[in-house]
Amino acid sequence: MPSDFISNLYVFILAGFVGIELIKRVSPLLHTPLMSLTNALDAIVVVAAIIIAGRHETRLTTVLGAIAVAASFSNMVGGFFITDRMLRMFKSGRSKQS
Amino acid sequence: MTELALQQYLDFAYIAAVVLFILSLKWLSSPASARRGVLAGEIGAAMAVAATLFTPELVQYKWIIITLIIGAGVGIPLGMVKMTAVPQRTALSHAFGALSAAMIGIAEYYVGTAPVTRFQMGEIGLEVIIGSLTFTGSLIAAGKLQELLPQRPIVYRGQNIVSLSVLAGALGLAIALVLNPANTILFPIMVVVALVFGVLLVTPIGGADMPTVISLLNSYAGFSAALLGFVLNSKVLVVAGALDGSSGFILSVIMCKAMNRSFTNVMFGAFGQVQGPAAGAQEERVVRSASPEEAAGILSAASRVVVVPGYGMAVAQAQHKVRELYDVLTKRGVDVRFAIHPVAGRMPGHMNVLLAEADVPYDRLMEMDDINGDFPQVDVSLIIGANDVTNPAAKTDKSSPIYGMPVLDVEKSHTVMVIKRSMNPGFAGIDNPLYYMNQTLMLFGDAKAFVSNIVKELGHG
Repeated sequence: MPSDFISNLYVFILAGFVGIELIKRVSPLLHTPLMSLTNALDAIVVVAAIIIAGRHETRLTTVLGAIAVAASFSNMVGGFFITDRMLRMFKSGRSKQS
Repeated sequence: MTELALQQYLDFAYIAAVVLFILSLKWLSSPASARRGVLAGEIGAAMAVAATLFTPELVQYKWIIITLIIGAGVGIPLGMVKMTAVPQRTALSHAFGALSAAMIGIAEYYVGTAPVTRFQMGEIGLEVIIGSLTFTGSLIAAGKLQELLPQRPIVYRGQNIVSLSVLAGALGLAIALVLNPANTILFPIMVVVALVFGVLLVTPIGGADMPTVISLLNSYAGFSAALLGFVLNSKVLVVAGALDGSSGFILSVIMCKAMNRSFTNVMFGAFGQVQGPAAGAQEERVVRSASPEEAAGILSAASRVVVVPGYGMAVAQAQHKVRELYDVLTKRGVDVRFAIHPVAGRMPGHMNVLLAEADVPYDRLMEMDDINGDFPQVDVSLIIGANDVTNPAAKTDKSSPIYGMPVLDVEKSHTVMVIKRSMNPGFAGIDNPLYYMNQTLMLFGDAKAFVSNIVKELGHG
């Protein structure tokens, strides 16, 4: 078993626990923006896609990488954008009166 | 800079991105700091992308630039959809995320001259299978939510066996590839079989189960990105994928609990879910109905009103009229609150964003557990487009398909008013005894038109 795998497994398990502890504290009020935000964060796979598309090894891998760049970058842009739009809508009664 | 120094600087950018991502989720915990959370996420993502563009491995920028522009061109309109369309947008973004992860996994199989090792093949196989099935599954879910596909469950005899054999087929091909990674002919077949399985996984699931399915697909999309991080040995992907995956996982668990479905039942994509209406007693039952004038009279005489919104409110686009009703009643000194069941609507938190869009203050939106004890003191519960989540049979009738599901105790309030198009049961097909109770008044009509008429009546008085 490669040693990279073990170190990645450590990272995965720790990040998973951090995620669970953080997400549990998010109010159900914000579960829709939570989903769009995590979606935008997950779109960080765009960095891997950029490398595949830009390394230009074979035509096939460049095409696959290019599709992946477009798909994940649209998630990144759209996900952050709609999350912020949704959060701007949430106003408390007090802030509304002031 | 030397190549090594560049690599280190790239790693530092990724570590900073990871820190910002974690802060982003931390700040999302409350509405007051949530927008700061989005900003943190944006900065982290921008840093990681910008740093990646300087990677020495990149030899050609043309396709990167073109596809980044295409991605932004698709993403911005998808970020501008109406709040009623958020569930299908979310399903579509799960599809994009999974597509991207699957494409990179596939490219990784074909990349380079040396064949992948068995261990790498195992990682790639699993990653590509999860990514592919999540891609097609999410597309089907988005199609159902957009009503391009029928929302009702599509079921046939032997469905479970067919679906599970297809999944077994994909896994079998992956195992064959692990035994011999050079057997390149099997790889595309495995991808196709996994794509087919995604379709089979989501097709049988009905609209009412969408909150669970969306959460589950979210979790799959996250874990496929994390697995991709293992394949590429990229810690930033492992962390982002683990955060997204655990978020989807927790939301799935919450949705399961709110529907009283076991986690295994949902993990395997709602196979063998309850079907058809329970054949209950068919004696003549009396239903009382009321006009908008009568409803307005009862509401204006109340001092405590609870509104229970459901998917029907979203379909009728009634949320803005509901806000007008909230305003006019509040002005008359009526205490109006909203009771939000976790699975009301088509995705977690759906009702909250709709009402927030309509400018209802979020401190008026109550979670089920916080408001259930208050119903005996409530004068009027007004149910708009919600059905199963108010069904008292879930508490009393063991033969009911939803028996055991936690519901809002609306029948304990003094008067219950239900806005509904007709007495036809919803597509879940479950009869709701609430409608025949003495304290219940049925308000027949379109939710938006009916609420609008009530508001007009209250405006006159």
